[in-house]
Amino acid sequence: MTTVNDRFDRLRSEPLVPAGRPAGGTVGSLREIVGQRQLLDLLIRRDLKSRYKDSVLGFAWTLIRPLVQLFIYWLILGQILGSARAIPEFAIYIFAGLTIYGLFSEIVSGATGSVVANAGLLKKVYVPREIYPLSSVGGALFNFGVQLVILLLATLAFRAFPSDVGILYFFPTVALVLIWGTAIGLLFSALNVYLRDMAYLVEVLMMLLMWASPIVYSWQMVFERASSGAWAWVLPFYTNNPITLAVLGMHRSFWTAGGPEHYPDHLLLRMGIAIAVGLVALFFCQRAFAKLQGNFAQEI
Amino acid sequence: MSIDNNVLSPDDLDFADAPTVVSVRNVSKRFVIRKDNSLKERIVTLGRTGRRHSEDFWALRDVSLDIPAGTTIGLLGPNGSGKSTLLKVIGGILEPTEGEVSRRGRLAALIELGAGFHPDLTGRENVFLNAAILGLTQDEATDKFDDILAFSGIGDFIDTQVKFYSSGMYVRLAFAVAIHTDPDVLLVDEVLAVGDEQFQKKCLDKIREFQQQGRTIVLVSHSLGQVQELCDSAVVLHHGEVKFQGSARHAVANFREILEGRRVAEAEAAGESEDEINPGSVDAVQISAPGRAPGEALRPGDDLYIRITMSHRSYIDDWSSGFKIENQHGHLVYGTDSRKIEFRGAPLEGTTTVEYRLQDLRFGPGPYFIHCFIARATGEHIAIQRDAARFVMADDPKHLGMHRIETSARELSA
Repeated sequence: MTTVNDRFDRLRSEPLVPAGRPAGGTVGSLREIVGQRQLLDLLIRRDLKSRYKDSVLGFAWTLIRPLVQLFIYWLILGQILGSARAIPEFAIYIFAGLTIYGLFSEIVSGATGSVVANAGLLKKVYVPREIYPLSSVGGALFNFGVQLVILLLATLAFRAFPSDVGILYFFPTVALVLIWGTAIGLLFSALNVYLRDMAYLVEVLMMLLMWASPIVYSWQMVFERASSGAWAWVLPFYTNNPITLAVLGMHRSFWTAGGPEHYPDHLLLRMGIAIAVGLVALFFCQRAFAKLQGNFAQEI
Repeated sequence: MSIDNNVLSPDDLDFADAPTVVSVRNVSKRFVIRKDNSLKERIVTLGRTGRRHSEDFWALRDVSLDIPAGTTIGLLGPNGSGKSTLLKVIGGILEPTEGEVSRRGRLAALIELGAGFHPDLTGRENVFLNAAILGLTQDEATDKFDDILAFSGIGDFIDTQVKFYSSGMYVRLAFAVAIHTDPDVLLVDEVLAVGDEQFQKKCLDKIREFQQQGRTIVLVSHSLGQVQELCDSAVVLHHGEVKFQGSARHAVANFREILEGRRVAEAEAAGESEDEINPGSVDAVQISAPGRAPGEALRPGDDLYIRITMSHRSYIDDWSSGFKIENQHGHLVYGTDSRKIEFRGAPLEGTTTVEYRLQDLRFGPGPYFIHCFIARATGEHIAIQRDAARFVMADDPKHLGMHRIETSARELSA
């Protein structure tokens, strides 16, 4: 037990720090978050544990949803509408795209609601508030990992296991999604406190983005239709948006049936630029979050 | 828990020398109250009209406060006076609009206890989560888990999901976690009134132990007795401003004046006339003890006369009067009224004086304060004068506590 004098001496030696958010901008925030990584870990576990608590199948639901989704797309789009004839190994193609897009959409929609969902905590005690959206990112990463295992099993089943260097595209792909997803998630989670419309907006956006990236069709189809004519100006936007690039990167990693005609030129460079821009976006989104978080406790 | 011999009692602490743990400098906090909440309404009322749809509310105005280590400080004020806001600003949960708050040391907040609990997780999982939120590492939490469990008295329910807990169990567990985080500064908001009596006592004992260990406690409570008993000093807030800062006893008196002022204002607003708001009053109180000079300390066995002069504006047939004697901690030591002793005065209109004679006083040493009141036949107070008089019982090395009893001892040989 500390004696009174020891306590006072220790307190005297500590500097007075501002209550709440420390000064020091992004670096200060980053240091604070790193200091709370154990809590972050616990929050991620909490979310994962509580998600399927009291359900009989529990964790299996993480697998059931994407598998059903995969089956529907494969059957309707691939077999009935005939996309499978244009795209070889259509099941793997579509599942690779869905997996990476699932990561992005889960990060963004999870993070958007995260601050409001943790209102109880937020009003009780100060911890760096970035923890809440970041814990959504962690949960999404976990689910992504599970789906990735299924994807790899599927490639084995179809005898199309990715064994060339293309698999290395996986790393910039995940980095790209993580950076952009976190940036948008941070911004939206803060805005959602002030305007609950954000959560609904995100739903619509996620649906739009899914069809605006080459998940169930191929990039090549868009390229052929839009490379000349009135819609040519759309193509650079379409190709270079981080989601399209990530989906393409995922295909490059796991979908071995594709040839160079399925991808734009300099895919890696494009991804590199998108990552760099994403880091800048992340910086500004974090600044915006830091600015907005001061009033969280009273606005929730 | 063992008591360290080096632990000083609070009286021995040199507070002038104590480091400041919380420093609040000119803090103001503004809330904007918006009357439109959807995106559509916001856009429609953007700009100039938007300002008409929002209202500024200053929850704190230019509050400055230094809290030295080792003190227990109470925050008093009527509902909506900014107490909880101030506590949240100190805790870093709210950011002040103006001014700054700085602090040092580990801080734990008992605000909305258990708000951080997740209903779907078990008690055990929540303990670890809550401990991490309050700044404990996993290892520290593991070390302290048994203590936390023992203190909470939850027992085997620890592995049950907390959504099945009773509200008392919920709060007990949350409190147990918070006090085991070894805080230097503990913020307590209105949470000591929960749990059963036995648990409340446990909490108060823990708070006293914290005080002896030189921890700092900031307490928001509506129990004035508790504030007087626990706090070294207190701050009275009213409409977000500091109205009074000083000893707990004076702060409580000051706070009661504010409440009384508000009662009068409400009654006036309701259109009651002066006679209805203040139909009567306690005008003067005199005390005397035969054989003692005014101001001289009383000794056991003395008699005490309390003379209460009171008045009532209109005619009142049946009324009563009485007094309460409290010690400096706000504990009621003795009290009675004319109905209890079956004394009935004549119908009153105007002024009268009643004398009470207290025979053979045997209070313990220390100062005592007398509150006098006039009441209706139903017992409802018409007017009360707090701290109307004060007397001191002489020091006596033989006794502790509020009462004096002649005690003798003999040894019983086996």
